[in-house]
Amino acid sequence: MSVQPAASAVEEGPSVFGKKRGRIRGWVHEVNRYPVIPVLIMAVMVVCALFAPLVAPHDPLFGYLGDREEPPVWYGEGSTKFLLGTDQQGRDLLSRVIFGARISILIVTIVVAIGGTVGTALGIIAAWYGRHVDEFIMRLVDLTLALPFILVALVAVIVLGQSLTLVIALLAVFSWNGFARQIRADALQIKTTDYVSSARVAGASTLRIMWKHIFPGVVNTMTVVASLRVGSLILSEAILSFLGAGIPKPTPAWGVMVADGRDYLGTSWWIAFFPGFSIFLLVLASNFLGDWLRDRLDPRLRQVD
Amino acid sequence: MARFLLRRILYAIVVVILVTLIVFVMSRLSGDPRTVFLNEYTTQEQWDEWGRQWGLDRPLIAQYFLWLGRALQGNLGNSLRENRPVWDVVMERVPATAQLALGAFIFALALGLPFGVLSAVKRGSWWDYLGRTIALFGQALPPFWLGIMLILLFSVQLEWLPTSRREGIPHFVLPSITLGWLTAAGLLRLVRSAMLDVLDSEYVKMARAKGVGEGGIVWKHAFRNALIAPLTYAALVFVAFLTGAVVTETVFAWPGLGRLAVESVKSLDLAVLSGVVLVLTALYVTVNFLTDLLYAVIDPRIRLE
Repeated sequence: MSVQPAASAVEEGPSVFGKKRGRIRGWVHEVNRYPVIPVLIMAVMVVCALFAPLVAPHDPLFGYLGDREEPPVWYGEGSTKFLLGTDQQGRDLLSRVIFGARISILIVTIVVAIGGTVGTALGIIAAWYGRHVDEFIMRLVDLTLALPFILVALVAVIVLGQSLTLVIALLAVFSWNGFARQIRADALQIKTTDYVSSARVAGASTLRIMWKHIFPGVVNTMTVVASLRVGSLILSEAILSFLGAGIPKPTPAWGVMVADGRDYLGTSWWIAFFPGFSIFLLVLASNFLGDWLRDRLDPRLRQVD
Repeated sequence: MARFLLRRILYAIVVVILVTLIVFVMSRLSGDPRTVFLNEYTTQEQWDEWGRQWGLDRPLIAQYFLWLGRALQGNLGNSLRENRPVWDVVMERVPATAQLALGAFIFALALGLPFGVLSAVKRGSWWDYLGRTIALFGQALPPFWLGIMLILLFSVQLEWLPTSRREGIPHFVLPSITLGWLTAAGLLRLVRSAMLDVLDSEYVKMARAKGVGEGGIVWKHAFRNALIAPLTYAALVFVAFLTGAVVTETVFAWPGLGRLAVESVKSLDLAVLSGVVLVLTALYVTVNFLTDLLYAVIDPRIRLE
């Protein structure tokens, strides 16, 4: 397969053929060389997540009952007290969105850490031992890929009840497979290299070879798979929360907030708008960053995702 | 080919067994099914009699097969909430979901195919930018938020289209777009990269050298061959629709299977949820299997695997 940029916004064709680039397009090209905007968005979100109690102007759970459904500051009778307005219970929307970033980013970080570690370990193990071990792990990968996530999640929620732990566990179960599959492919190649053979002859233990010789070779792939996964994980968590099967109330998760706002569309559009827009921005930024990292670190994966 | 088929069939059976097992174990975890019928007049004899009738005195594995046998005959028990057979409750929801899926599929094709082709043929042009923007946005937009924003714009503000219920064609527009958007974006990406691949191939260069017109090259030589990759996308489309239907039907109060699943989670009606999960999983596995089959027919290399 010839290498063509699948949908990356990173490189652009015409300039190669010596065509003159317009000023605007040239500017777009410059910005696209480094993902400046996505990194900015991510940085703001991560800062909000880390320092939510300091950044947020109000308590995200406290309802100012006299100020219910206040509009955002630039809209109608909005006031600077509530920059993005308030929800149906008079809770400050900006503070809730900021705390929502915390929930989303916390979940994604934990899930990627678990999924990445388990998936990478299993991928290396499958490649190293081969045969039955390999067969078993890869069939497990196929199975988790074949299970319908949303249905399994709903069944689990009805039996075990809504909780943060359950959301994390569910997402983790469905996210290690991508790592295992990609990393196994890489590790299989590394296994045949001379330096691994030399290490073996020199008497290095299996664990040492895996850690010192194979693992460093798959770190790039691991990073790329992780960064490409982040967006869909954020969306999955938001979907579960929106359906009332994710983060339990009153924790301000973005999905829950959009669900709340649905009933107030006629009077207060901002309740549903801002949390959903935050999800969109974060997912968009992380997808951009993922694409960019992939093109930088591991262009082979271009057609895979 | 026979070996390939056998493998795939076995594989499908394993997935079905696994899903039914999950549902069964979950349903037993959530308590003794007899408690539903328990009231103050229930005697110990009655209790034991129910146990014998439903096979609760047998080992768990035997209970599983009894349950599976009944499920295969369409006997899924009674809905807790409606006190009607689960089979009826589930089946009457099928048409609504099927129609919605059809609408979404048409939308996805109408948006994804032309833009994918255009984006590849006019690579680097503003068409390409537009196509890729659609693809990027499609994959980052939370589907539930998209639906709510469409309602806000077209129903609440402009009052052009109805929001909920299922009556005439206008009722289909917003739900179909919501459900089809993600698929359209994925299709666009795939068609674009497949077209780019094919347009770069030797036989297209050959056709060009022979003096075939640009229209003939794009539609006769390139497009038909580029369609193979998106065809295998069918299974993924189904997965997207599965999750999407649950979300879309919740947003638009659409009386389909997805909403039934969410309702049953909210009312803790495990019997109905099991029914929905079984029906959808059966469909899911069938679609996966048919896609594999289709792929094997189109591309002989797969069969030899």
